[in-house]
Amino acid sequence: MATAEDHKSSGMGKDLVVYLCILALAAIQFVIAYQSISASQMFVRMLIVAIVEAALALLFFMHLKDNRGLLWFFVIFTGFVLLAMQYGWTDSFRLIDGVPWAK
Amino acid sequence: MSQADLSIQAHSIQAQVARSEATDVMTAPAFSVPAKKMAMWLFIIADTATFAGCLVAYGFIRNGTPDWPRPFHSITNVALMTFILLTSSLTMLIGVRAAQRGDKAGAFRWTMLTAVAGILFAALHIREWMGLIGEGATLFHNPWGTPLFGSAFFSITGLHLLHVTGGVIALIAVAIRYNGGRYKADDLEITGLYWHFVDMVWMFVVPMVYLLNLAH
Repeated sequence: MATAEDHKSSGMGKDLVVYLCILALAAIQFVIAYQSISASQMFVRMLIVAIVEAALALLFFMHLKDNRGLLWFFVIFTGFVLLAMQYGWTDSFRLIDGVPWAK
Repeated sequence: MSQADLSIQAHSIQAQVARSEATDVMTAPAFSVPAKKMAMWLFIIADTATFAGCLVAYGFIRNGTPDWPRPFHSITNVALMTFILLTSSLTMLIGVRAAQRGDKAGAFRWTMLTAVAGILFAALHIREWMGLIGEGATLFHNPWGTPLFGSAFFSITGLHLLHVTGGVIALIAVAIRYNGGRYKADDLEITGLYWHFVDMVWMFVVPMVYLLNLAH
């Protein structure tokens, strides 16, 4: 039968594994920075890696995996705010492309 | 007791149960999270929106500016900063686990080690800033083109540095009070939540602000 001490030590082991995964993902971001790809491709790849890193930190370091209600509360509120901020991108592309009405 | 009296009594009991359930819904801790911890989560959600706003605004101007500079030639400093900050999250976790085990000395030691890592991160960050300032980049000036670069870089990294500095002060204060018996393991865990959040923000700042502006 597993004791409380066993649980604590396995928890520590899990923390270490998650830490190493996050460290490896951070290293992948640095590798992506040296790839010969366009800035937009680089941005997308780095963003995906960053989201995975943040999800690991949220679920395991901040223990959101143990509280589904709070997890959904966090995801819905921040997700809504993040989505609401995306309305300006078309104008950003208009600035750089200058079409059809920027001139 | 008549049938009518029994019916009235049953209704009264039902009404009491309904009132009690309604009171529970209004007063019970949200998502079974203690009030102090919930306050920290609400702060984290609000601060996530703040950083997201900064990064989206930065993305907007970076995308919309044709001659955006790429002034970073080396990733050594930022890689070291990232390693230190990520490792400080692990030391924080170890500290919180020690506190939950009742190992006061261990919890104090690991939390202070986390604070030291935060100080080291801040020192490296300031060194990075000094290098750029030495090359002529300031909040309103950029020798490589658009001044928007200086504004975006210093404001985003500055906001993060402010959070790290606040976190270091909080870690030291909470660790000392925990060691003195005024705070409990829960207080250390709540401060740890903030520290992990600061770490999480850095995961987005590094690729967006540093790595996408690396000179090739």
